[in-house]
Amino acid sequence: MSETKPSFVHVSYIASTADKVFAALTDGRFTQEYWGGRVVESDWKKGSPVRFSKRDGGDGGVKGTVLECAPPSLLVYTWQHSLPGVPPLPATKVTFSIKQVTPGNVRLQIVHEPHEAGSEVQEMVREGWSAVLSSLKSYLETGKPLEATQRWESEGR
Amino acid sequence: MVAYSRTRQDLVWKALGDTSRRRLLDLLHAHPGQTLLDLCAPLQMSRQAVSKHLALLEEAGLVAVVWRGREKLHYLNPAPIHAITERWIGKFERDRVQAVAALKRRLEDDE
Repeated sequence: MSETKPSFVHVSYIASTADKVFAALTDGRFTQEYWGGRVVESDWKKGSPVRFSKRDGGDGGVKGTVLECAPPSLLVYTWQHSLPGVPPLPATKVTFSIKQVTPGNVRLQIVHEPHEAGSEVQEMVREGWSAVLSSLKSYLETGKPLEATQRWESEGR
Repeated sequence: MVAYSRTRQDLVWKALGDTSRRRLLDLLHAHPGQTLLDLCAPLQMSRQAVSKHLALLEEAGLVAVVWRGREKLHYLNPAPIHAITERWIGKFERDRVQAVAALKRRLEDDE
């Protein structure tokens, strides 16, 4: 049983299907649209690496390892910031739970929590999730992400 | 916001229209992951009263709960508040037709 408790929990209802939500979270072609231009890369097998890159292939600043993947309902991976010239901070863990609650609506829950000794979910990351997930919702429901996350890319964030 | 029905929106505003419930949100914003017992002390309210407020907040989607063993941890869920912010402060694109068509083309091209 975990001794630590989650730092951040986000629940949203999206007018979409579980498969589409899962695809949006795991396919870089989609993440680049709503996730500040970040392309997520992984084969999503347990133990495989996860990498966030920029559209030009450059380092997106975050990497991790797949802990669990059960499409389309569960995705868990570690989250570690990779800053140039700095030893990597202890990894945190992100859990996505996806559930089709009605034929037209999906309940998406994200929990971000400490994973290793000394790890913590930084405030900047917590606030970032809110924007990314709202942009994801907007993207799936209207085809357009939110302006806020599009600005991140042009600002170099 | 397509999936937030009028009923759900009403629940959010009703939940926010109470001093004690807003105080609970402030407490959870400051210290995420508190139990019912943790939240009773600062509010100086009975367990039952706080529990009722939390139930309303949870129904409105403003509070999310996570179980850790036998402990029920409460979190401020940003989604409904973010939706309000986007509705009245963010520039929310109304013309969706073109965007949906583009998405459809992209998905069909990939098949």
